[in-house]
Amino acid sequence: MNRPIRNLAIACLVLFAALMINVTYLQYWQADNLTSLTKHPDNVRVADSAFAEPRGAILVKGHAVAQSKKSGDRYKYLRTYPSGAEYSDVTGYFTRTLGIGGIEATQNDVLTGNSSSLFVNRVIDLLGNQNPQGGIVSLTINPAAQKAAYDGLRALGSRIQGAVVAIEPATGRILAMVSSPTFNPNRLAGHNFTKAKANYDRLLADKLEPLNNRAIELRLPPGSTFKLVTAAAALSSGKYTPNSLVPGGTTLNLPETSHVLTNENGESCGGPKITLTRALEVSCNVAFGTVGLKIGADAIKKQAEKFGFEQPPFFDDLDDQLTHQATSVFGTPDRPQTALSAIGQSDVQATPLQMAMVAAGIANNGEVMKPYLVNEISSADLGVVKLTPSKVLTAHAVSASVARELTEMMVGVVTNGTGRTAQIPGIQVAGKTGTAQSLASRPPYAWFVSFAPATSARVAVAVLIQDANVERNAISGSGLAAPIAKAVMEAVLNQ
Amino acid sequence: MELVHRRRRGAELFLLLLSLVVGIGAYAAVGIGVDGKVPADIITYGGSLSALVIAAHVTVRLKAAYADPVLLPIVSALNGLGLAMIHRIDLAPTGHPAHSKFAAAQLVWMMLGVLGFITVLVVIRDHRRLQAFTYTFGLAAVVLLLLPLLPGVGKTINGARIWIHVGALSFQPGEVAKVLLVIAFAGYLVLHRDALALAGRRVLFVDLPRGRDLGPILGMWLISLSILVFQNDLGSSLLFFGLFLVMLYVSTERPGWLLVGGVLFGIGAYFGYLTTAHVQVRVTAWLHPFAKDSGAYQLVQGMYGMAWGGLTGRGLGQGAPQTTPISWSDFILPSLGEELGLTGVLAIILLYGLLVERGLRTALICRDNFGKLMAAGLAFVFALQVFVVVGGVTRLIPLTGLTTPFLSQGGSSLVANWVIIALLLRISDQARRPPPEFSDVSEDMDSTQVVSMR
Repeated sequence: MNRPIRNLAIACLVLFAALMINVTYLQYWQADNLTSLTKHPDNVRVADSAFAEPRGAILVKGHAVAQSKKSGDRYKYLRTYPSGAEYSDVTGYFTRTLGIGGIEATQNDVLTGNSSSLFVNRVIDLLGNQNPQGGIVSLTINPAAQKAAYDGLRALGSRIQGAVVAIEPATGRILAMVSSPTFNPNRLAGHNFTKAKANYDRLLADKLEPLNNRAIELRLPPGSTFKLVTAAAALSSGKYTPNSLVPGGTTLNLPETSHVLTNENGESCGGPKITLTRALEVSCNVAFGTVGLKIGADAIKKQAEKFGFEQPPFFDDLDDQLTHQATSVFGTPDRPQTALSAIGQSDVQATPLQMAMVAAGIANNGEVMKPYLVNEISSADLGVVKLTPSKVLTAHAVSASVARELTEMMVGVVTNGTGRTAQIPGIQVAGKTGTAQSLASRPPYAWFVSFAPATSARVAVAVLIQDANVERNAISGSGLAAPIAKAVMEAVLNQ
Repeated sequence: MELVHRRRRGAELFLLLLSLVVGIGAYAAVGIGVDGKVPADIITYGGSLSALVIAAHVTVRLKAAYADPVLLPIVSALNGLGLAMIHRIDLAPTGHPAHSKFAAAQLVWMMLGVLGFITVLVVIRDHRRLQAFTYTFGLAAVVLLLLPLLPGVGKTINGARIWIHVGALSFQPGEVAKVLLVIAFAGYLVLHRDALALAGRRVLFVDLPRGRDLGPILGMWLISLSILVFQNDLGSSLLFFGLFLVMLYVSTERPGWLLVGGVLFGIGAYFGYLTTAHVQVRVTAWLHPFAKDSGAYQLVQGMYGMAWGGLTGRGLGQGAPQTTPISWSDFILPSLGEELGLTGVLAIILLYGLLVERGLRTALICRDNFGKLMAAGLAFVFALQVFVVVGGVTRLIPLTGLTTPFLSQGGSSLVANWVIIALLLRISDQARRPPPEFSDVSEDMDSTQVVSMR
């Protein structure tokens, strides 16, 4: 019977070899796949352990706006947001069961210490037998500007719908980004998951969508602020100068239809013929409708594209599972609609970020910079690992001379036009108001874009008030939006 | 004269001490991993574990001095690791306080196992005497297998009706039946091997048995099928049939039986798949574990745990094995894989491999056919059981519920496996013991032949 026993031994060897190979496959080759939360989000072990790791802090000018504190419970660390709701649209939130968002999501690898850029630090931690430490993310945000933007929106009420974006024109660094209404991330990051879930569900059910980052996700007609793009196209076409005379009457008959285009208040813009500069100052619809028809939809669209309209998403610093940068659009208007598109109505839609970039592009001599939010990544001991370089999105959105002309026209808006409420004593401010109609049944949107100082600008701002629960006639870019822009600009300039 | 085996009891003691370092060390590591300090009861725990192992060792010294020196240390190491892991899961914050006493109960069961081990070595002085009980054991095994189906006594746990319940004691008779069946098969096949081995015709290079000799294998096949159908126990069904088939092959030296058995197994498996929802669920879960509603939650959790453990594991007490359902029993290997890593799992599989190898070696050197067959059967039962359960929890084959020998929480299994080791040691002792020496009788024809035992 020894021969079959020997065969049996070989068979058993094969069985055990199969087990060993399979286990090696499972625990070695398949391990990375099975422990990847993106591929297997239901792997609670990895999720739990990630939740129990100390995460790096998110800093703004050296102060933490998100940090991990020892919690003393089984998860060891609690993520806290010292500034509460003020930075929530930037930091996002870090939760065990409700997902993660904002910088917490997009910089997750850095914050957990798993980023390849922190590889050397990880090896050092490993050799020194220390627990790997999360990296630190420093933001481009200017705390004073952020506070001014947040307070400005809050002053209109906690349920006001709106957004503020401020950009440093020369670099594209985002100095402030606030959306309203917003949420307090501390209420989602707590370790009482039932309570956190209830809070989250309440936010999801809220009709005003507090989890939305209106600064990058919301696309609305930019109204008269879009006249900056039309003016840029007009000046660049060579057919117009700031002093060109344009029609300033009460109405413009739209071609091929019986519709007429009127001005905001139904009055004349100050005579049958006014300069282009004056037309911008008083935000003359008739004038810009005419200009639009003259230079044509294609020219305006090309100009808009140079500022970032219709482009693939270029701002990915907040691109998480829920949030994505909305692409601003110009559309393909027919001839009568071209007049409406030229004044930022019809199919034209822009995000607050996009309008801030229009202002920043003009402020930066026609060069549009790619906006970014992460200034630098550093290791736990604050050694800088990676500094985000500035990148050019469009080198010549307009020529330097056109940019200069546009700036002068925008200064006129603030000095003698609709933007007086944004004036800052002793400093030249360039700006443009907008009040966009959408439907007759709902209030218009108030916009304001600006930058200061007019020459060598340090800050460009876009403010959108989507709905402020005020009387219809109390809504205007100059009344609601411009004071907030002014406060943000002052906050930057006073430093 | 063939080679004379040495007793090697000193080597066994040395290996046993190493195995105690593994077992008690693992227990201490669990305490450090969970609470940050060596558990306070390490002395009592280590003491009782050592006492049990030493008692087993002393019995072997006294009653089976020539037995294989490696088997007992392997079992001691596996049992110690299992206890430490069950203790570790007891400590995990699962929110099931009822589970927190598994390790203590398992230690008691280990005590009973060692008691069974000692009893077997003391009572059974010669394994050949078991051959007399061939049919008694066979009948007892069948009765034990049927017991769980009796109303009032039987109990369905986790879908399988393989438990009996008397008073507060629940017990899996299949585990005991496993031991009895090996003995019964060995006794039966030793008697009938000639008929089963020789008669037959040759078809395409393979000797196929005669139709009239198919009786026993068909009978075993039907018993296995009924275990599957009536008790929903895929694992035991596979185990018993595989065991019988292999012992049939070993006794007859005839691969044709494997062919017949393989065909029967194929038919049975297909029939089982068609008729039993239980089997369909397991196969679907095996093929598509990550699909939605795959029914593979437990399997997937076990795999997540092992993957998370990676090469070196999270460390004892530092993983989350309690996430996997039944992590202390059927899924104890993924629990160990999570905390000891691939390294630990490979070591454990190697231990099982060594165990099987020592058992088959015993079969090879055994001088009587009954002992050979029994040792081969007992060794193979470990191999098959380990393959089915480890292959199941690591998704090599569809998952079937079987205990992992010596590691899983569960009394019947632990006691039965300790008894199997005792039987293997008994056969091994017989096999390695130097044969009796015959004195020279040519000079004096009148004197009786003197046989002296060493």
